[in-house]
Amino acid sequence: MDMALLNRLKDIAISDSGFIFDPYSGATFNTNETGRFILQLLKEGNGIDAIQSEIRNHFKTSEEDLRSDIYEFINLLKEAQLLPKNFKF
Amino acid sequence: MDRFEWTIGVTGLNATDNPGPGISVIRSLRAHPGFNGKIIGLAYHYLDPGLYASDLIDSAYLIPLPSEGVQSLRQRLEYIKTVTDLSMLIPTLDSEMSGFISLEPELREIGIRMFLPTQQQYDIRSKIRLAEICEKTGFDYPQTRIVSDIESLFQVSAEISFPYMLKGIFYGASLVKTMDEASMAFHRTVAQWGLPVIIQEFLIGEEYDVLAVGDGKGEIVGGLSMKKTSLTDKGKGWAGVVVNNPKFLTMAETFCQVTKWRGPFEMEILKTKDERYFLIEINPRFPAWTYLCVGADQNLPVAVAQLAMGVKPQSLPESKAGTMFVRISLEQVVKIDRLEEIISKGEIHYR
Amino acid sequence: MDQPKTPYEKPILVKYQNGWSDKFGRLQAITPMTHIDGQPVQDLVEKYGSPLFVFSERTMVSKCRELKELLALRYPKFQLAWSYKTNYLNAVCKVFDREGSWAEVVSEFEFEKALRLGIPFSRIILNGPCKTESVIEKALKGGARIHIDHFDELSLLEKVADRLGIRPEVGIRVNFSLSSIPNWDRFGFNFENGQALSAVKRLVIGKRLTLSGLHCHIGTFVLDPSAYREATAKIALFAKQLHDEMGLSIKWIDLGGGFASTNTLHSQYLPGNQVTPSFSQYVEAITEGLENLNGSSSEFPLLFLETGRALIDEAGYLITTVQANKRLSDGRRAVVVDTGIHHLITSLWYRHEIVPAQEFGGTFEPTAIFGPLCMNLDVIRANILYPPLKTGDRLVIKTVGAYNVTQWMQFITLRPNVVMISRNGQCDIIRHQETLDHLTALEEVPPWI
Repeated sequence: MDMALLNRLKDIAISDSGFIFDPYSGATFNTNETGRFILQLLKEGNGIDAIQSEIRNHFKTSEEDLRSDIYEFINLLKEAQLLPKNFKF
Repeated sequence: MDRFEWTIGVTGLNATDNPGPGISVIRSLRAHPGFNGKIIGLAYHYLDPGLYASDLIDSAYLIPLPSEGVQSLRQRLEYIKTVTDLSMLIPTLDSEMSGFISLEPELREIGIRMFLPTQQQYDIRSKIRLAEICEKTGFDYPQTRIVSDIESLFQVSAEISFPYMLKGIFYGASLVKTMDEASMAFHRTVAQWGLPVIIQEFLIGEEYDVLAVGDGKGEIVGGLSMKKTSLTDKGKGWAGVVVNNPKFLTMAETFCQVTKWRGPFEMEILKTKDERYFLIEINPRFPAWTYLCVGADQNLPVAVAQLAMGVKPQSLPESKAGTMFVRISLEQVVKIDRLEEIISKGEIHYR
Repeated sequence: MDQPKTPYEKPILVKYQNGWSDKFGRLQAITPMTHIDGQPVQDLVEKYGSPLFVFSERTMVSKCRELKELLALRYPKFQLAWSYKTNYLNAVCKVFDREGSWAEVVSEFEFEKALRLGIPFSRIILNGPCKTESVIEKALKGGARIHIDHFDELSLLEKVADRLGIRPEVGIRVNFSLSSIPNWDRFGFNFENGQALSAVKRLVIGKRLTLSGLHCHIGTFVLDPSAYREATAKIALFAKQLHDEMGLSIKWIDLGGGFASTNTLHSQYLPGNQVTPSFSQYVEAITEGLENLNGSSSEFPLLFLETGRALIDEAGYLITTVQANKRLSDGRRAVVVDTGIHHLITSLWYRHEIVPAQEFGGTFEPTAIFGPLCMNLDVIRANILYPPLKTGDRLVIKTVGAYNVTQWMQFITLRPNVVMISRNGQCDIIRHQETLDHLTALEEVPPWI
């Protein structure tokens, strides 16, 4: 992942409560525990498969495929300009 | 000197350029030399400026909007009661008033007192029943029509000539001069406050505001009248001065005798050149300029708190004419953590 | 890794923006509704399918009795008439018939439906602006009450009465300018401009009809009880005027309907369950207005009320099933359910209360709830703060008993089963779900195609 993006992600403050403050834009957001977990993994530079297996390790779920949920979340981050439009795993 | 240690919840922390009365009420309570209690701010929106006024409030809670219904409000207040020693509430916004009135018995049960009008008293001062209350009290009033669709707006515009006032059921008043302006104002008002919309004849004269508190038995415990001397572009008073025309307080007294009004109210009165006094509307709550009463020796929020707690308020001296208010806007500087605290926990504690 | 895992929830991201309220500001008390009158929602759907309309006999009966008891206390000479157009399913009409209501119909089809249900002519009121000659003839022959809407109908009635050689007692519909609600002047004769009085004079001069009743119906979803006080006072004064000046004796006054239910109109800021007046407020207003009758005659007129919505709305529920979750282009969550505006026309008027039928958890998010139609207008709730839902979850849409199972349409999908739960817990189908056969039975394909 490119460094500028990684730095940008690192600057985003995410609190335990799921409150997100983006110091670039001044925007504030709310996410849930899964969202917070994924953002942390993204900051560490993980790819889709790693994220999926970490979610399985951490959360109790019977869903077979979590990728569509993860991609949906990625799209929400792009829409919120927390990730660049051309972001790809 | 009376001392009181009550924990008082106050709503209307939206101290914006169209300010809610909450901050003004809180400052009045704190201005009393015997005040030794706590103030809990109750807000509907996480950016309501009063939430960040750490010098005025001890803690604050977000509460559900009136549009979400009283049951969610009741649950929220029950929660607040379990974590604080909240003993009294002073609601200050039109849109929340009927909800608080309906919750009064339940809240009293759990130890939260209020000093509010009954539902019947509240209804009779509704803008749509102005004619009825004026006939009972013998006040003059502007021609008023109720409109629920654009077609009736056209009809009414033929009966009441332009310019006229177009008002929302809770808030918002615009002076409209043409049919186009009227229909724009109609849609804007309906979008925000719903139906119906009130059309009122525009009268030329001087506007005055009277703030008084009814004791629920037909008397007023105090009151003062004010002339706005400066308005914002939204028509809100930015400066005003206490006046001493006895006619205004007499009108407030008559209103209280007829309705046995319980709690604070604001009357908007228009005085024409030929010395006629028209009642324009009655708001069932403290106005945003309430703090002026402190300077005029009429601390009415304290009187309401005393009445709510069953303490007889001391008799108030005549209000001092010539006392002025001039509003100021200022920036409160806070860390974003406070925003986070309010957003994620729905509450904030300063002391 | 032995510590218990957190349950998984779909990741979400909600932006805070100006004018948008937070989760505390919109902390609606959503409580799941797992049972309707003691019947598990899940069982109902398994047995009767989804979507499913459910009617509660218990609610209908208790609302009806509440209104009757209040009237009995203040003006005992009253009679309720069930407004067929509000809901004319046979089972519903029969419940109100059993509770003592007459039938109020506004078309030949409704008239026939009432007769077929065994309602005698003497307990039918025929209203409406478009009565055909044939329904007028039937009504006059059988002795139903007719409320005349306009001058052309007055002449038509005279013609038919003449042909039948009878002089029936009739009523006229009057409309008023009221201070707090819009004037419904499209129905009946206007009072203020003298039209109503001319109609009476015209009727008296004609000598073929006898004026015995006055009817008005001031509006719909009237949230201000004082409008009834004003209208009732006006109609009472009119009755008194007719008595004093023309020697006519008015035997009945029909105030129509218009009471609001606890639904919330899109144009309403406060929720319906908070602002809708109680029956006792309406009844008090009406009986205060009737005080103006004093001194007119020794005999008080019979008071009719044709309240429909306020008696049946809360007795109706619509169960629906979540078909899909999706994201709109602005990131907002949307849910697709299997019932829509074709079953629930009232979603155009109301912000319906919708509750999950099972326990739920997770973070609330602004959500749009869409129906199944391939039509942009098929929206049940455009924006509601809602917990996460899974496909297959059931939702219960509340307060749907009025105007839906009459105004629904077969469009894109077929209409579902309707069941009624009795006061002792028995559940029966009161209208079967449609099949393709029902629908095509009326169609023809000409041989030349």
